[in-house]
Amino acid sequence: MSNYELMVIFTPVLSEEEFKAAQKKYADFITENGGSIARSNPWGLKSLAYPIQKKTTGIYWVLEYSAPSSFNEKFKIQMLRDEQIMRHMITALDKYAVEYNAKKRSGVPTGTEKVEA
Amino acid sequence: MAKANEIKYLTAIKQEKPKKKFCRFKKYGIKYIDYKDVEFLKKFVNEQGKILPRRLTGNSLKYQRKVSDAIKKARQMALLPFVTDLLK
Repeated sequence: MSNYELMVIFTPVLSEEEFKAAQKKYADFITENGGSIARSNPWGLKSLAYPIQKKTTGIYWVLEYSAPSSFNEKFKIQMLRDEQIMRHMITALDKYAVEYNAKKRSGVPTGTEKVEA
Repeated sequence: MAKANEIKYLTAIKQEKPKKKFCRFKKYGIKYIDYKDVEFLKKFVNEQGKILPRRLTGNSLKYQRKVSDAIKKARQMALLPFVTDLLK
């Protein structure tokens, strides 16, 4: 059960409840296959740094979960099939990353603030 | 007759001593570089969006690689542009 972090960009034409429905769909997909959700963090509509599929904005969603290592392949197939998703990225989290996310969530300064240019 | 540009100064011109560079990750004990933290990553990218070399950022090799990985992930997820002008 290693920790992963998923970031997904949905097409901006998605309405609010479609966005929630998609989130729930994938969250249930994870829990069905033996994973567990640590934290879901929808960023909502954000402008992209460069146009993807001729669209300049996208709905971001970041999800931190832990799952068996064989799970991510199935997850990827699901997401590639879904046209609502423009782009997705699954990153593995090592122990420093998990600690960083926990600190970030609880508001403890993670050291990057006081780093000047 | 001494040429104009051979002006001899009484005291040597004091060049500005380059600021001692240090690896900010070792100094502040940062272990994980988050690819979502765009403001922090922008410190390691120049105006065109290109990754700054180690001699300018002063990072140690280990953390420079982590920074470049994080920047490439951020570019992939359209948080940072691949190429732009006047990014800052």
